[in-house]
Amino acid sequence: MMAATLAIVVSLFMIIVAVVKRGLPAMSWDMVSKIPGGGFYIGKEGGLLNAIIGSLYIVIGSITLGLCFSLPIVLYINLYLPEKSRLAQFTRLSFDVLFGIPSIVYGAFGFTIMVYLGLRSSLLAGILTVTMLIIPILIRSIDEVVRRVPKEMKDAALSLGATRSETIRVILRQVVPGIITAVLLSVGRGIGDAASVLFTAGYTDSIPTSLSQPVATLPLAIFFQLSSPIAEVQDRAYAAALILTFIVLILSLAGRYYSRKYSKNKI
Amino acid sequence: MIQNLLRVEKYVDSPLKKMEVMDDSLNQVDADQIFKINKPHISVRNLNVYLTKNHILKNVSLDIPDKAITCIIGPSGCGKTTLLKTFNRLLQNSIDVRIEGDVLVDGENIHGKGVEVENIRKKMGLLSQRPCPLPMSIFDNIAYGPRIHGIRRKKTLTLMVEKYLREAGLWEEVKDRLKSPATSLSIGQQQRLCLARGLAVKPEIILGDEATSALDPISSKKIEELFLKLKDQYSIVLVTHTLRQAKRIADYVVFMYLGEVIEAGPAAEFFNNPKEKLTKEYLDGYFS
Repeated sequence: MMAATLAIVVSLFMIIVAVVKRGLPAMSWDMVSKIPGGGFYIGKEGGLLNAIIGSLYIVIGSITLGLCFSLPIVLYINLYLPEKSRLAQFTRLSFDVLFGIPSIVYGAFGFTIMVYLGLRSSLLAGILTVTMLIIPILIRSIDEVVRRVPKEMKDAALSLGATRSETIRVILRQVVPGIITAVLLSVGRGIGDAASVLFTAGYTDSIPTSLSQPVATLPLAIFFQLSSPIAEVQDRAYAAALILTFIVLILSLAGRYYSRKYSKNKI
Repeated sequence: MIQNLLRVEKYVDSPLKKMEVMDDSLNQVDADQIFKINKPHISVRNLNVYLTKNHILKNVSLDIPDKAITCIIGPSGCGKTTLLKTFNRLLQNSIDVRIEGDVLVDGENIHGKGVEVENIRKKMGLLSQRPCPLPMSIFDNIAYGPRIHGIRRKKTLTLMVEKYLREAGLWEEVKDRLKSPATSLSIGQQQRLCLARGLAVKPEIILGDEATSALDPISSKKIEELFLKLKDQYSIVLVTHTLRQAKRIADYVVFMYLGEVIEAGPAAEFFNNPKEKLTKEYLDGYFS
């Protein structure tokens, strides 16, 4: 057991070392504060601000949209449908399957729909595709925590004369830490995924000002620069990876802080 | 029945003989007919409850007296909890439930048309087997009920929280940490918190579903003492597994077996002079 733990920790650590070792020299203030300049992709001036902002736009948009769908779905299958309901079981099963589908399939699906509707690759299409990608994660992990809410809690609120919506508010207070964890998981998946945004969000050197413009993302920035023959540009890919890792780290820490804060009253 | 009563009259000056006669005669009468109460708080008439085609409660008729402790006893799975949950209509949240018959609270049928289920539930505080505090602070737990029923003023809420925590005998223990989470309390304290929370919505009835079975002896004694203190103001209905508890605190006892009310009556009479053979066997510990 210890050997397994050690092997994994060491190899993960080596990834981080490799990213830092090659990325850090290429890091500069310009890298996080400027959009790509004229000769950025042959090693000249500019930065990755377009991809940083783009990734944040995509992930914030899709988490918001994802929660708007997954919370009602989870509450519906847990609180409105009877226990052991066929529809609930079927919903769970289908989200389990969707959970396992590779992100390139979501990307291709999003692309098909875009073509069908005659849309160009855009921030909106990117957000929608990533939303589809993370909804199974959100639903399955929130569902697990909502299912674990003791039945007595529902009865307790109801027997005080609470209506169904007031009871739901009590249950939400209990599951907030679980929701935060679910959001963290999906942020991790959504922000790091290249395949789903490859066809749908496109890539651009500027920061989008509307939902219909294409948008750059960090994973794609890594992908494109890594395939460049110029060593300097390759190093910039590592710098982008470093920024991505850093963003995920910050979000995880914030998530853990809030999760702890809200689990204070948890039963 | 009238004949029997007349026979009783004759023996009025000889209490011992009177008992004998009653014992003899009452064997012929239905259990629910014996249990006549002048002013029942809850009346159950021909209640049948089916859960997923299982017949859980069979033709239950029963009166629950006002301002007294009624204990419902009986072996596991005899429908005690189901009966209790029909009183505040919690049962209908389960699947495939069919309820037939009437449950009258203060003469009003709780399953009648136009009855608001929230108002029914507000009339009855429920204490479950395991205390289940809401995921909030001690203060907010007590204030939850009043808040959802429209009380917003901080000052009123503070007064109410203190009043009901005192009533549940918890104030002295928690007055300095009202902001701490309710889960920081011991399980016995949590149960008293749940009682205070129930009292804060000003119920008329307290329902206890084996409210002391998860508690240590000292905590459960405290809860029992609270029930005895509160019975002047509330009608208390307790489902209990322990006969001894029923003997200690009950004013009226209802004995159920396999979904039927076998015998019901004032506690002293019930324990000292059970009428039914089954009751006797249960009290003697032939089955439990």
